[in-house]
Amino acid sequence: MSLFLFCIGCDQSSWNNPYPHEESDELIYYDSFSERPKHLDPVSSYSSNEYIFLGQIYEPLLQYHFLKRPYELVPLTANNIPKPIYSDKNGGILPETAPEENIDTIKYRISIKPGILFQPHPAFAKDKNGSFLYHDLDENDLNKIYTLADFNVLGSRELQASDYIYQIKRMSHPRVHSPISGLMKKYILGLDELSKELNSLYSSDSSSGYLNLHDYSLSGVNLIDKYTFEITLKEKYPQFLYWLSMSFFAPMPWEADFFYSQKGFEEKNISLDWYPVGTGPFMLTENNPNRRMVLEKNPNFRGEIYPTEGEEFDEDLGLLADAGKKMPFIDKAIYSLEKESIPAWNKFLQGYYDTSGIVSDSFDQAVQFDSQGDAELTDEMREKGIQLLTTTTTSTYYMGFNMSDDLVGGDSERARLLRHAISVVVDYEEYISIFANGRGLPAQSPIPPGIFGYTMGKEGVNKYVYQWQNNKVKRRPVEYAKELMNKAGYKNGRDELSGKPLVLNLDTPAAGPGSKARFDWLRKQFAKIGINLVVRATDYNRFQEKMRKGTAQIFQWGWNADYPDPENFFFLLYGPNAKIDHNGENAANYKNKQFDLLFDQMKSMKNSSDRKIIIDQMVELVRYDAPWLWGYHPVGFSLHHDWYRNAKPNLMANNTLKYKRIDPDLRSEKRSIWNQPIWWPIVLIIFIGTIILLPAFFLYRRKENEQII
Amino acid sequence: MISYILRRAMYAIPILIGVNIITFVLFFVVNTPDDMARMHLGMKRVSEAAIVKWKDERGYNKPVLFNHSANGAKKITETIFFQNSVKLFIFDFGRSDSGRDIGYDISQRMWPSLAITIPSLIVGLLSYISFGLILAFFRGTYVDISGVILCVIMMSISGLFYIIGGQYLIGKFLHLVPISGYDTGLNAVKFVFLPVLVGLIGGIGASTRWYRTIFLEEMNKDYVRTARAKGLSELRILYRHVLTNGLIPILTGVVVILPSLFIGSLIVESFFAIPGLGSYTIDAINRQDFAIVRSMVFLGSVLYIIGLILTDISYTLVDPRVRLN
Repeated sequence: MSLFLFCIGCDQSSWNNPYPHEESDELIYYDSFSERPKHLDPVSSYSSNEYIFLGQIYEPLLQYHFLKRPYELVPLTANNIPKPIYSDKNGGILPETAPEENIDTIKYRISIKPGILFQPHPAFAKDKNGSFLYHDLDENDLNKIYTLADFNVLGSRELQASDYIYQIKRMSHPRVHSPISGLMKKYILGLDELSKELNSLYSSDSSSGYLNLHDYSLSGVNLIDKYTFEITLKEKYPQFLYWLSMSFFAPMPWEADFFYSQKGFEEKNISLDWYPVGTGPFMLTENNPNRRMVLEKNPNFRGEIYPTEGEEFDEDLGLLADAGKKMPFIDKAIYSLEKESIPAWNKFLQGYYDTSGIVSDSFDQAVQFDSQGDAELTDEMREKGIQLLTTTTTSTYYMGFNMSDDLVGGDSERARLLRHAISVVVDYEEYISIFANGRGLPAQSPIPPGIFGYTMGKEGVNKYVYQWQNNKVKRRPVEYAKELMNKAGYKNGRDELSGKPLVLNLDTPAAGPGSKARFDWLRKQFAKIGINLVVRATDYNRFQEKMRKGTAQIFQWGWNADYPDPENFFFLLYGPNAKIDHNGENAANYKNKQFDLLFDQMKSMKNSSDRKIIIDQMVELVRYDAPWLWGYHPVGFSLHHDWYRNAKPNLMANNTLKYKRIDPDLRSEKRSIWNQPIWWPIVLIIFIGTIILLPAFFLYRRKENEQII
Repeated sequence: MISYILRRAMYAIPILIGVNIITFVLFFVVNTPDDMARMHLGMKRVSEAAIVKWKDERGYNKPVLFNHSANGAKKITETIFFQNSVKLFIFDFGRSDSGRDIGYDISQRMWPSLAITIPSLIVGLLSYISFGLILAFFRGTYVDISGVILCVIMMSISGLFYIIGGQYLIGKFLHLVPISGYDTGLNAVKFVFLPVLVGLIGGIGASTRWYRTIFLEEMNKDYVRTARAKGLSELRILYRHVLTNGLIPILTGVVVILPSLFIGSLIVESFFAIPGLGSYTIDAINRQDFAIVRSMVFLGSVLYIIGLILTDISYTLVDPRVRLN
């Protein structure tokens, strides 16, 4: 206790401050993370909890505009948005409107900005003679090395077009798993061939050492000059530009790859997956995912300018106050590990985290709904100056039917009517209200708001499940579903052919007491039309296996958009992506030739009225076939303190830290007010304890003084 | 004594093999190597080729327990079980499924665990023994009766309640210490205080009752009556005689857990964001990282066996009647 009081007394800040007092006035952003990142190698990473860090460190060619909506790509390290150049078989240039069958290859010529430097890193360090200092380390050298910080000399160099080419080649590297390698092989000319060539050289015995990718050519990616290169695609794929904004296409200096592949580094846990090397505004200076991750300003960062344009109300909201100023605005970002939501939430309320999400446990404390059903902050939050941001996510949570199932799947009218009836009775409005604290928008199709092709209002209503009444969307009544059931030959939930009651199975990886209420609710929904729903809960591995083998009947699944394009949602229903046959992302195994033809047509089109017409046709087809209950699109709620500025949800961009501004004086002042130690309960407890023990003391004294006569 | 220790160490080998087999079977009943690969490679856009490559790189492409296609001893040695187990016996934990050196990670993460468990043990032991002695001293009075009732109530409450309640009361309401987190050096003290306090309060009920029982049993023995007849004060009897003789059962409980202090606490570390070995194990289970799970279970077993041997040795130190033959 005395050691505790001594240590606390040394610290002049609030006693419960988890950070050193000296940091109070610094431009530091504080946040938490709950799951350690699996990969920090940009070619392997494909998870939002990894992008929080990678997005600030690595710079792909393009990025999303921070303020503009709908989401718009703008150049990051590229000079401009590359335009496709279409060629025929003879190399002749074709116009943009050329029919797809005439197009042989599509080229993107990309030029990058000169003068961009990599962060300081030992991989670039050179001696006076220009030789790399740390590219030929032996066992003795490594004896003194435990982390990257043990290298005394750091270096840098200018970003070149070849660094992007190197990264694209890494997608086919046999020792690196890139989740988009399969997809890119389909589009980038020569990538598949390169992959085969490298794989033939590879065996598990030779799984270490440097593989110089410069020695292997990639026919579809060519260096033009120091700052320019060309990517050739085998077919039209406008979505390719979106991929160019993701970390898979971040530049990778060969020096770093060579440096980390030296003998003994892997044993010391020094790898590209642990110590990233980028050109972005921040660099990872502390990677201790068991405790905290620290990003610090990259001293070599060129300085990017805050956007000068935004949406209509952005200026009024103060989001353009920093327009034209050089970014980043903060010096450091500290992310602390918080595995449990309750401590993280309480520390946010104490001012020790600048932003927070809202978990169900804390929802009522933070948010209330007004008479119009709009979310607003509670008085407690408002008094603290906390602000709320809400946005409908570009995600969808749905319930799918296995279309290869004999009962619920297939193209028969009977199965279709059954699926429609179920779609009507599973009341997602109620589900959102009960289980998501109202944070969701019932889905009318696979496309969420904010994605091209989404239709609002009357025109966007799924007529098979909803009707438009009094300018509002209203779910069809249960009686309508019962009629559908009668037509399907399942009167009162009994199969008229066999006379047996209808029993359907929901396969789910969710188990435990937390899921019971959801399952009870779902059973109740199905029971409205006499269906007995059996929940077959299992662990995630078995669930995945059932999905792969197609033995699940009904399941629940979700999808977060990779990029803001309807193709990224419709491909979940595209026949050639069926899970059973192709291990693709079409978990429902939905197959409709007409839909697939329209998909092929739509995916390579630019956003236009023609594309919208095709999308509407596709939406109508899937609504009619109903392979999914369309479920809902979650609405994201996030909170931040008033010292945190330039907060605008951007669901596509991962590199938003550079836009953020912190007012450390206001934060320090509020923290001090909110966290004054309270002593009186301790004094009271000691006092009560003493009162209770006093008689015992007297009893002891009496016992000690007793005389045995 | 040395021959006794050696004999016990030899006994440990079949126990460790057994523990290893059980861990292995239980893990692979729930997770196949394919499942592990999927978990590590992510949920989106994972190809079969990538899964095969992942298994190939980590040796999970071999049969689990018995290799029918191999000849001779290779039927046993060319299996996932054999390849993954043998090195454990020379404490080479190898690399985790995500590629990290497990031995290095353990050496880094045992310190935060010890920072919590050692003070918890010392403070807890002193407090529980003191409370036990007080209740024994006041046996049959209102102090003893209300103390026992309080102990039973405290025993009946979930440990999670103490953690969340402690964080709310001490961290959130009284603002005395950080709610969670960890730091190194002296800065760790303010982070360690709350988990230690919570651990202390959470253990009061069961431990105090246990020590009270031990002391009461001692207090009814002849030597205590003799001491009283000599006119010694109750406090002297309690601390000089009863406590000394009560040490044997106390040692049984304490020495056995000493080596296991390295392993840390799974729940406490998770709630207080302590980067120790407890949270390391939990993370590994959640990520289906068999290499870490296997290593931690093996390490836990070794430490437990060491604890048992130390207990036997400590008997001879506190009770001259005991000989290790």
